[in-house]
Amino acid sequence: MDPLVIDIAVLVLAGFVGFAVISKVPNTLHTPLMSGTNAIHGIVVLGGLLLMAESSGILEKVLLVIAVAFGTINVIGGFLVTDRMLEMFKAKDPPKADETPPEGDGS
Amino acid sequence: MSALGTVFLQTANFIDAAYIVAFGLMIYGMSGLTGPRTAVRGNQIAAAGMAVAVIATLLRKGEFHGSGTVWLILAGLVIGTAVGVPAARNVKMTAMPQMVALFNGVGGGAVALIAWVEYRHHFGGDWPLRAEGFELFGAIVGSISFWGSAVAFAKLQEILPGRPIKLAGQALINLVLLIVAVASAVALASGTHSQGLFILGILVASAALGLMVVLPIGGADMPVVISLLNACTGLSAAATGLALSNPVMIVAGMIVGASGSILTDQMAKAMNRSVPSIIAGGFGGAVAAPTGATETGGTVRSTSAADVAIQLSYARQVVIAPGYGMAVAQAQHAVRELERALEAKGVTVKYAIHPVAGRMPGHMNVLLAEADVPYDLLREMDDINPEFSRTDVTLVIGANDVTNPAAKNEPGSPIYGMPILEVDRSGSVIVLKRSMASGFAGIDNPLFYEPKTALLFGDAKTSVSEITAEVQAL
Repeated sequence: MDPLVIDIAVLVLAGFVGFAVISKVPNTLHTPLMSGTNAIHGIVVLGGLLLMAESSGILEKVLLVIAVAFGTINVIGGFLVTDRMLEMFKAKDPPKADETPPEGDGS
Repeated sequence: MSALGTVFLQTANFIDAAYIVAFGLMIYGMSGLTGPRTAVRGNQIAAAGMAVAVIATLLRKGEFHGSGTVWLILAGLVIGTAVGVPAARNVKMTAMPQMVALFNGVGGGAVALIAWVEYRHHFGGDWPLRAEGFELFGAIVGSISFWGSAVAFAKLQEILPGRPIKLAGQALINLVLLIVAVASAVALASGTHSQGLFILGILVASAALGLMVVLPIGGADMPVVISLLNACTGLSAAATGLALSNPVMIVAGMIVGASGSILTDQMAKAMNRSVPSIIAGGFGGAVAAPTGATETGGTVRSTSAADVAIQLSYARQVVIAPGYGMAVAQAQHAVRELERALEAKGVTVKYAIHPVAGRMPGHMNVLLAEADVPYDLLREMDDINPEFSRTDVTLVIGANDVTNPAAKNEPGSPIYGMPILEVDRSGSVIVLKRSMASGFAGIDNPLFYEPKTALLFGDAKTSVSEITAEVQAL
């Protein structure tokens, strides 16, 4: 099969996975979700890495270094910020559903 | 075994396998983000997936022969880390939305730059038309996303005014820019020789388009715009993935594109607006028909912390409706203390969370969670609205547009139809405000002029602390 057809099939399936996974997110988690998905599109950094090997000339190299730096900021910054937001949800979770764990909360 | 072993050790197969592991982890991690208890781990799993993808790519030994390449890659990664880590660590919770806009923008910028390099690189070569098409899509959308996010950042950071900035013939200018960008793309794809010129034409026209599209959008719509740009960057990343035939980029980009679209749609719906009408520009434009805005200019009643404390202490049920003002004043801890003081007096306290209160959906939840407010006290709009009629006092802390009854009563109002917190149905309303300035959308709020409403002017944090002290002294 034409590789392009396979790629597009993957694209379409990924779209449905995205819809399926995300439509279940409660309002409360919208900000972290936006931030988390934001980090994931930092995947473009791979494009910068892959092209670096083929690049020639100063301009291309400079552009790619910037592109890799941008992508890295997107990925690392995105995941860290999301983590910071989520830690706060975690800290105050105990009163939720599970009524068992007194995890070292020795009061 | 040896044959199998060799197959497995062949770098290409190893990378393919690692890529599948990588996007598997990302999808699994994202599904973890759907629940508060799995979210932290979900984010970490997604990050691990990203790490696998990057490391696997770097392991394509054969392709990184020149040592210069290694150093350049390292330089990019180090610069990115050096900028990204401190930015993410130090950003204040109130500045989160700007930060997300910024991180989104650089992602779009990376897509645009990659497209540019691809173009230069394949100059006159045997580049399949379809790869070219995807790359051109990436160039246009990535560039729009970068510059659009920059404007969104500047508006939220108040470098640019939050009000809509509009030019005459805006729609026409946007259309022309879009045509220039697409025409340049078509010219390129059909094999024009001055490639350098046309790729720059694409990038510049899209950049201008990004600026033009976001500038006329008022601050109240900014969360929707950031979400939309987030989805766009995702799609452009997927397009780059198609051009490079890289499965992880296709999957990760597309998932973001899909989820971002849903989120954008949900947010627009929460404001009873359609995405196209937001893009068409202008929320709360100065000339918006003022039909029936009669209460405007009426008198307001101001009150004191002591009075508020008495009202609150003798109430059976108090609802706190926080907004951007609470975020700005960093008043969430003070609010939590007030809640505790009131609970100690036997008052039932609930929080009313409007989906777009603050600058992003969930903004209030994040801040209140930081102050250890229990989950079950936070009520979403649809749950709390029926409760207002049974509420003695509603305390509005720095929220304005999301409580504006004009959205229900005045068909001429620019926010008419937006679902609001119906605070005006409670026994009395106390609004904590810094001044009589109107909200981010620039619309006057008739709530303030109602006889049952009292205003307490001052910094939200100071005011709340004063009220708490008075409550405790009673």
